[in-house]
Amino acid sequence: MSPLPLQAQLLAVLRKDLLVEWRGRSRAIGVVIYALILLLLLSFAIGPDTRALQAHAAGYIWLTVLTASTLLLAQSFTNEVEGGALEALLLLPTSPVALYYGKALANFGVLFGLSIATVAFGVVLCDLSLDGSPWTLLLVLALGCGGLAAPGTLYAGLTVRTGAQQLMLPLLMFPLVVPSLLAAVKATALCFEPDVMGQLGSWLGVLAAFNAVYWALCGVLFIKVVDE
Amino acid sequence: MSTLAVEASDLGRRFGRRWSLARVELAVPQGHRLLIVGANGSGKTTLVRTVATLWAPSRGTLRIFGLDPVKQRFQARQQLALLSHQPGLYEDLSGTENLALTLRMQGRRDLDAIPGLLDAVQLDARPDPVRTYSAGMRKRLAFARLLAQRPRLALIDEPYGQLDPAGFELVDGLLDRLHADGVTTLVASHLVGRAAQRADEALLLEEGQVRWQGPAGDVTRAWKALHGTDS
Repeated sequence: MSPLPLQAQLLAVLRKDLLVEWRGRSRAIGVVIYALILLLLLSFAIGPDTRALQAHAAGYIWLTVLTASTLLLAQSFTNEVEGGALEALLLLPTSPVALYYGKALANFGVLFGLSIATVAFGVVLCDLSLDGSPWTLLLVLALGCGGLAAPGTLYAGLTVRTGAQQLMLPLLMFPLVVPSLLAAVKATALCFEPDVMGQLGSWLGVLAAFNAVYWALCGVLFIKVVDE
Repeated sequence: MSTLAVEASDLGRRFGRRWSLARVELAVPQGHRLLIVGANGSGKTTLVRTVATLWAPSRGTLRIFGLDPVKQRFQARQQLALLSHQPGLYEDLSGTENLALTLRMQGRRDLDAIPGLLDAVQLDARPDPVRTYSAGMRKRLAFARLLAQRPRLALIDEPYGQLDPAGFELVDGLLDRLHADGVTTLVASHLVGRAAQRADEALLLEEGQVRWQGPAGDVTRAWKALHGTDS
């Protein structure tokens, strides 16, 4: 039998992952609630000073998304190793490259949904008003989530069999995503305040560049992760 | 293309300092049925998983239909299917969805084959997720997935595990079906007498090494001679 083309395998993995996420949506809903509670606690720590909240809102939103992302990313691979499903999938055979990009895209989709919910809650909580196009904000969120999903999927795959994934995943992932996280925070902040210096474009460029590096490099490195 | 389905020479697999498999010589012709027996920890699963390309050999050579399982891993995997201790199923998906994934990953569009596959293992097309299945039902579904893969080489680790007596009969029938289809089978089992009835040759492992190799009909006698007890 001739092997299925890479992109068709990728789409089959993506479809499977989205279906698994949908079937286990109570887990994802739980993570969203966790994120919203975390954002609420961060706002409590600042107190009732609306101006201080608005000044730091973008940072809180992305820290919340980052923290909650480790739970979602870890779960995406827990589903795989439960009952040896990943092993069976690889033996079908499935290309590790298709597996990585299928899973990373599914993780991106879930993280993007989480970031939208977090920003919506942040807007209400911190009394934020959008200064510019909502499409620009969605682009910032998409690039920010892409910068988490690509390395996060790699490290979730790397740590799933360590027996200490909840600890190892953030330990490995957080230092790597600092540059894109910083760019996402800056770009998000500029969506809610006047961009008098015209910096938004530069931060979007930085985000896009880190996305390109992460998505290209992590796909190659993932082959080693599932090699044995 | 090699006439041998599996060919191994001085095959060994090490975990840390411990050799789980050592100096194994194998030459399994296509369509042949090899039974692998041995006590717990004797290396049966290690051998099966090494041939399945999940673990690279630590020494020696291994060929699957003439293919190198390390350098030509993807091509080798196209030839084989593994039924292991774990069912290898997605717990949140239904049986039908798990089989559909298997077919899709092989580029097959004949999803209407799924009811036939479920029939073959005597399972209903239930909409509920695999998480709700019993261990025996998962085993049956894993067998259906193996059939869906249409392998040339079937590697089956403990085919009778978790099954009831009716399930034993079902597995016997499935092994016969694979043989009739010309599939080479490597079966590792503790039910030596039963599995030997559906094998051409047997291999007795102890501490990772082959202690006896011969006609499957003689394996119970060889087991008794080696262990001093019935298998």
